[in-house]
Order: sequence, then structure tokens, then C-alpha cells
Amino acid sequence: MNGYLGIDLGSTTTKAVYVDGAGNVLGRGITDTRANFEAASAVARAEALADARFKLLATMLDGASALAGQARLLHRRSERRARLERLERRSLDLAAGAGDDASNLRAAVEQLFAELSRRTASAPAEALFADALLSEAAGIAEGASLVSSVPYERLAGIFERALVADDADATTLDPAAAIASLATGTAPETVQRAVDRCLAEPLAVDAQAGTGYGRHRLPFAKEEIRSEILCHGLGCKSTFSRTRTVLDIGGQDTKAIQLDERGLVTSFQMNDRCAAGCGRYLGYVADELGLDLSALGPMAMASHRPARINSTCTVFAGTEIRERLALGELREDVVAGLHRAIVVRAMSLLARSGGVANELTFSGGVGRNPAVVKFLRELVAEHYGNVTINVSAESIYAGALGAALFARLERVPC
Amino acid sequence: MTNDGDVRKDEGMVRQKALMASHAARLREAHGAGKKVVATFVPGNLTELLLSFDVVPSYPEIHALQAGMRRASDGYIREAERAGHAEDVCSYVKSDVGMALSGAVGEGGDRLPAPDLLLLSFTGCATFFKWFENLRRQHGAPIAMLQVPYQADGAITDEMRGYVVRQLERDVIPALERLTGRRYDEERLREHLRRSREAEDHLVAVLESARARPSPIDAYFGAVYYVGPIFSAFRGTEEAVTYYRELRAEVEERTRLHQGPITPDGPLKSERYRLVAEGTPCWTSFRDMWKMFADEGAVIVASTYSKVGGLYDRGFRHDPDRPLESLAEYCLGCYTNLSLPTRLDLLERYVKEYDADGFVVHSVKSCKAFGAGQVVLLRELERRTGKPGCFLESDLVDSRYFSHAHFRNRLESYLQALAISRRGIA
Repeated sequence: MNGYLGIDLGSTTTKAVYVDGAGNVLGRGITDTRANFEAASAVARAEALADARFKLLATMLDGASALAGQARLLHRRSERRARLERLERRSLDLAAGAGDDASNLRAAVEQLFAELSRRTASAPAEALFADALLSEAAGIAEGASLVSSVPYERLAGIFERALVADDADATTLDPAAAIASLATGTAPETVQRAVDRCLAEPLAVDAQAGTGYGRHRLPFAKEEIRSEILCHGLGCKSTFSRTRTVLDIGGQDTKAIQLDERGLVTSFQMNDRCAAGCGRYLGYVADELGLDLSALGPMAMASHRPARINSTCTVFAGTEIRERLALGELREDVVAGLHRAIVVRAMSLLARSGGVANELTFSGGVGRNPAVVKFLRELVAEHYGNVTINVSAESIYAGALGAALFARLERVPC
Repeated sequence: MTNDGDVRKDEGMVRQKALMASHAARLREAHGAGKKVVATFVPGNLTELLLSFDVVPSYPEIHALQAGMRRASDGYIREAERAGHAEDVCSYVKSDVGMALSGAVGEGGDRLPAPDLLLLSFTGCATFFKWFENLRRQHGAPIAMLQVPYQADGAITDEMRGYVVRQLERDVIPALERLTGRRYDEERLREHLRRSREAEDHLVAVLESARARPSPIDAYFGAVYYVGPIFSAFRGTEEAVTYYRELRAEVEERTRLHQGPITPDGPLKSERYRLVAEGTPCWTSFRDMWKMFADEGAVIVASTYSKVGGLYDRGFRHDPDRPLESLAEYCLGCYTNLSLPTRLDLLERYVKEYDADGFVVHSVKSCKAFGAGQVVLLRELERRTGKPGCFLESDLVDSRYFSHAHFRNRLESYLQALAISRRGIA
């Protein structure tokens, strides 16, 4: 099977998308971006190709596609086990060098990993990111420190250092093992045949392109690097074919992009200077209120009377939040007001870029926040009338998809 | 990498530096030689008049940009902010104030002389007022004010011209007479204006050479060197006539040989994009910014910044037969004194006359005179020319506002979009 790969090296996550000769998505992969960009892009690539392999299996299994899910889960658990084993080895090495406390530490490390393995054994098939692992391990270490002589900082510190050292490790498992395990002696012949066909299919990468802020550090030739503005535009257009304007609110920047009928960028405006217009703003709000980021949107949705937030600055928004709450305003109203504020800034950016043309595709991590989507729909309707607004959970892959499509387009003779 | 020291230069740039250095020496020696120093601004400068009184002009804007180029401005700005200047004050002002607070050491490493007169030519920039009010407080020097009406309706009327001429006659010339103890010498002024006119003819030929493919000059990064003499102490001098005559010959030779302009790393190998530039440069990251364009083969073929000291390429010349009237017209016609519709028309003409692929708008935090309306310019110009524009942001001499990664991301994305739309896609 011919294929083209796009890699989007972002500040928080690195995504990869694998498409076929017609530009259809065959597989997607995501991992957390590390200090080592080569490792991050290698893992994302492996994830995308593995995803493609499992999707292929599901197609070939036809009516028995639950088996493909089973294989995927098995694969993920094997990977997780391998990773934890690696981390445990690193942690034990670190503990061994700890001087007179070494044997206590070793025991504590072993217990921590036993508990961690137990907890993650039944986790779903998505990739487990480093911060989630660290959070889980920190919780275990805290509990352990209450019943042992090993202080929390030492144990959690060892885990964190092991994680950092593991950062550059791009080891991934070949999904072939998990897939092959389905073709046991007692499996029906249809399954055996599907497994054989699936494993025999080569997943070629005929061309690739890289994008994202880290793109110049990708191990790609200069001709294979594309701006993420272009990739984002093309990626959104591919998912929603009538897209003419893209709004992407990411963690660290916001883009308003205008596209022509081919999905090529005609103009764009960036907010790459002010956190108040980006996802970072919501992260700050969550910290201020002691909430999980994912709890913000639902809380805002519960508001019946969003507050008008005046601060233009993320830092000063904190003062305003505290003041309003002290004056008795409801939390959900204040939080709703903050969500509205971020959309108002996005509207300003959109206006500067040339306005909102039908259809508007809203992408970026912040697109998963229902309250932001709600206010966007309201404000777009108010200023631009009846515009179709596309929102998709898959939009985090838009940049990588666009890169893959550029790889495909530039290779295909015109 | 420094902004100027490591930049490869063509002969015109090398000679320019020598000229500017000679002026710095004259400034340094002014008081010692019994001459008066008059501080003034580049837009609306009256250099010929000052030369006719044998005073030495001093340009705080130029000191500020030089401080930016040698990366001293950040320190000066901090001094100024410590002394109470707000963050959103123009960074030229803060650099100048801070430089004075730090001992007033200029480009050559010598102390700059305190001005004896502050010639406040107000052309389109309100900040000039407060700047010179500060300098008056600082130095005790008097202000001679020249209020230049804004060209709101896109034309110079007889009333406007007359108003400026009357101020020259009633306020500025008497102030210079009092300062120097000399009488106004109209014949001397005419002589200087004659030389100005000749130099201006050569400059326009240099600027218009960019119509060629490939362009032999960069009309923004290169042009800031070329306009240095004529925007400052040399317009009206024999040195300027020589400089621009030689520059023209150099550029004509490059045109004949189909050579592109110099870039920080050497002669440009291949002109891939022709762009028009609106807005000031970023001085603290001048080389960095220039290289971003040059590395992509992007040449600026026309710019508005190179017109802040006069729109010679649209036909204006200093006129020895109408000395005070043409000085008035000069001040009225500087770029930052033009209305937004006029600026838009000018940009549109540049895009068309210089066969540009697109344009960039470089908006700087400090400058409201340039900045106000730049997004409107961008959108309108795209609409009128059908060519795409790129919006870049940084600052004049405050390096806190220049982010290399973000700047480059925007420019690269823009040029990639240009390239792809040129190539077409299956």
C-alpha cells in the first residue's frame, strides 16, 4: 500500500498521520513531545503506522472487528509493560547509587512499580503520556511515604529522573506480535487468513513532510518541511471540504487562516504574543481555581448569566476572578465569562485576518471545550450571520494530516 | 553576530558609513570649533536651512537607531524606564533619554554635544512634541517650533504651504539668527537646495533601478543605508551629490550585469520573491531580519520607510527658485505626514510598478505614526492588488518585542504560501 506521512511536532504533543495515495487517512498517532525531537517524531510515526495496521486488520476481519480491538489492547499493554520495565530498571539503577539508603529505596521502587503496573494494567488502549504516569507515580509515592521510611521526595524524585532519562528512548513494539497472536490454532480460518494478509501488507512511506514549531529540528530534508499554518489549513479542508476559514486555538498560539477553494492559504493572522488569547489562559484559570482543565468547560456550561470579564491580560484575570468571587458572583458565571473572553479575542483575530467566511472550521485542543464552542457559535452568528461551524475531536491531527497531504501532493505529478 | 559589523556591504554602504562617521566627528568637534548644534527630526528636516547658518545638525532618531544596531538601546531603555518612562512610550525616545542618562556616548564612543536649539518639526508624529519637551527640560535649550499640517485630504493647499512658510519666516529663521548671530542668507540656502535637487535626481534613479529583474538593490534593507546621507546632515552638500552620483553608477553597473543586491552573507544568488515593504525596520535585529528575507531569495523592491525623509520618487524636488516654499512642501510631503488613503495609493502603485509578488507590513510597537491603520492597509491593499500580504510585528530598538521564532514562522509561512500558489497544486 502506498502511503504518505505527515508529522506535526508541537509544543505539548507530537502527531503523525499516514494517508494513502488518494489522501484518505489510514492511521494516526500521537505522543507527548519530549526534549528529544527525533524520539518524539519516531514514536509518533510508529504509532500512526501501528494504528494503520490495526485498522487494516479490522477491515480484513470484516464482521469480526472486535478482534482487532482486542489485538490493539494487547499491543498497548505489551508496550506499557515494556516501558514500565525500562523505567523500573532505570529507577533501580538510580536507587542503587543512593548510598546507605539503597536497599530501602530499592524495595520502595519495586513496590511503586508493582502498584503502577497493577493500576495501568486495565487502562484503555490510548497512549499513556509521561505527565499522566508521573502523576500516578507521585500519588503512589505519597501513599508509600506514609507507611515507610522512604521520604516522598526521594521516591518521586527517582521516578521523575528515570522518566527524564527515558525521554530520548524511542523504543516501540511491532504490532505484528499482537496481531499474530490472534491466529491461534483454534481461531477460525477467516481470522487466520485476515491476520496473514494484514501482516503481509507493506506500509510504505513514499514521501513525508514535517511541520510544527519544532519542524526545523526534525530529521527531514529542508524540502520536506512545511509551515504549520499551511498544513493546518489543508488538513482542516480535507476533513471538512467546504472550509474557507480556520480558527485554531492552541495551547500557546492562536491562528486565524483564510483558505481558497483548494485549501491553500490566502491570508492569516497569528496571536503568538499574548497568552490571554490562547489555551494557556484557560490553563491559568484552572490553576487559579484549583480545578482540572477538563472541568472548566462543563462548569461554564452550567452558567445562566456569564460575567463580563474586563481584563485583557491572563495574569490580571486572576485578580479579577478573585475579586468577583469575593463579591459573591457564582463560579460558573465567572468561568463562563472567562470562556467568552477568550472567544472575543479570537473574533478580533478573525476580523483582522479577513473575517469569517462560510464554512468555519474550529480546530486546536481548545476546540474540545464545549463552552468555548458555544460562545464561538454565538459570536459568529452575531457578527457574521448563518455560518456553518465545524468542530471535530480529530482536529488535533489537522496539522499532521495537512503535512501528509502536502507530501502526497508534492510527489504526485501535476 | 552584530547588526552591522558582520554584514557584507556593497561599496555604497561602505561609503555611507564613512560619511555618517564624518558627521559624527563634526558633531563631536562642533562646540570646540565654535559652532552651534541644532537637534531636529528626519521627517520634515530643514538641513539646507541649517547648513546655510553653518550650524551642525543632530538627529536623535538616528542616534537611537544606531544605538539599536549596536545593541546598546536595551540598556538605555531600561534606564529610561527606571527614570519613570512608561512601557508604551516609543523606544526611540527611551533609548535617547536613557543614552543621555548614561553619559550621552554616541556611535563613535564619544560624548554627544548638548543641543543649543531644538528645532521641533512636527510632521505626523505627536511623540516628537513630548520628546523635545523632555530634551528642553534636560538641556535648557529653547525650542523653535515648526508645525506642519497633516495632509488629511491628500493634497497640499496654498494655505498649508503659506502657514509653514510664515512659521519659517517668523519663528524658525529668527531663532537661528539669534542662535548664531548671523543673518539669514537666502543665496546660501539656494546653493544648498541646488545641490539637494541634483542629489535627489540620482537617488531616485537608484530607487527606481529596482524595477529591473533581478533588482540590483534591496529597497528596504539596502535602502536604509542609501538614504542615510540624504535624510540627514548631508542633503544640500557637495558630498551628497558625489555620494549619490557614485551610488547611481554602481547600481547602474549592477543592473547592466543583471546582478542582485548584497545580502548579509554576500551577493544574492537568486531572486525568488519580489516584495514591497511597509513600515520601519527592526534595528536591534536588523541583520537577523534581513537574513530571513535574503535566505529565501526575497528582495524588497520598494518600501515606504525609504520615503520618511521625502517622496522624491513621486516627483518632489527641493527648488532653489522657491526656497522657503519648497522647504514647506518637503515637510508637508514626508511619508508619515500623508493620509491613510494616500499611503494606500502609494503602496498600490509600488506593488504594480515594481511588479511585486506580494508585500509585507512590518508593524512596530513603538510607532503609532506608522502603525495606526496598518491592518486596514494590509486588507485594502490585498483587495486592490490581488496580491497577498504578510503581517510581521516587532519593534524599533526594544529587543524585547522581537521574537525570532515567531517572526520567522510568519514570514516562512507567507513565502511558502506564495510559492505554492505560484506552483499550483494538483
